Amino acid sequence: MPSDLPHSHGRRQFLKLGSSGLAVALIPVSAFAETDDMLAAQAELFGDRPVQTGRVSVDLPPIAENGFSVPINIQVDSPMTEDDYVSQIVILSPRNPLPVLAQYHLTPRNGLAAVSARIRLGGTQSIRVIAEMNDGTLWSGEKETLVTLAACVVL
Amino acid sequence: MTTIRLSVPDTAERDEIIQIRAMIQHDMESGFRVGARGEFLPRDIITRFECFYNGDQVFAADFHPGVAANPFLEFHVRATDSGSFEFVWTDQHGEVWTDTASIQVS
Repeated sequence: MPSDLPHSHGRRQFLKLGSSGLAVALIPVSAFAETDDMLAAQAELFGDRPVQTGRVSVDLPPIAENGFSVPINIQVDSPMTEDDYVSQIVILSPRNPLPVLAQYHLTPRNGLAAVSARIRLGGTQSIRVIAEMNDGTLWSGEKETLVTLAACVVL
Repeated sequence: MTTIRLSVPDTAERDEIIQIRAMIQHDMESGFRVGARGEFLPRDIITRFECFYNGDQVFAADFHPGVAANPFLEFHVRATDSGSFEFVWTDQHGEVWTDTASIQVS
């Protein structure tokens, strides 16, 4: 193909740009920044310690009709003995204005690492729960919920 | 008047894991809501909850604006001795609410 035809090259470039632009446009730009907020909050709490997936089960309703009060049940797989227990549970949100929703401090005397509470959700998102063990290892679980009435748009 | 509702069993077997529920009436004003004149309503939340079993802290929580109004918590404690549970909520201004419940462990 003769490469001295500027218009065909330009069109190819244009099409390439257009398709990549479309791919980016499909992902809301703000989603990046919001997840960044959550990761920054996680780094502030736990530094760059590795977080393994598992041991934490998060239960949220699949559809939260009212984001102002969403029941959440968290259970961490742990024997809760003096030598092996969950010391902290943190609820993180990628979409709320403040990424840390609540922190729970547990002791071996709890016997069972399970907490239920009610949280506010600023939109459809995947809530991340991180459990810190007494030996410093971190485990996480996630659960996505669809929020029909967000707690933060009506604010 | 702030209403506190507690659910603690009256009796338990030794080493039984009991379920405790605690709720306090509070608006938990997040600081993100807009008032009638378009101004942000100032944040006013409870920031700390603590549960003591015969004087020892067995559970605590830090609340942020993402906690729903009338903060409710359900957690568990291993019943070891007869005695009392004390529940303490502290708001961002340092105001404190407390309530107690007693348990007979056999």
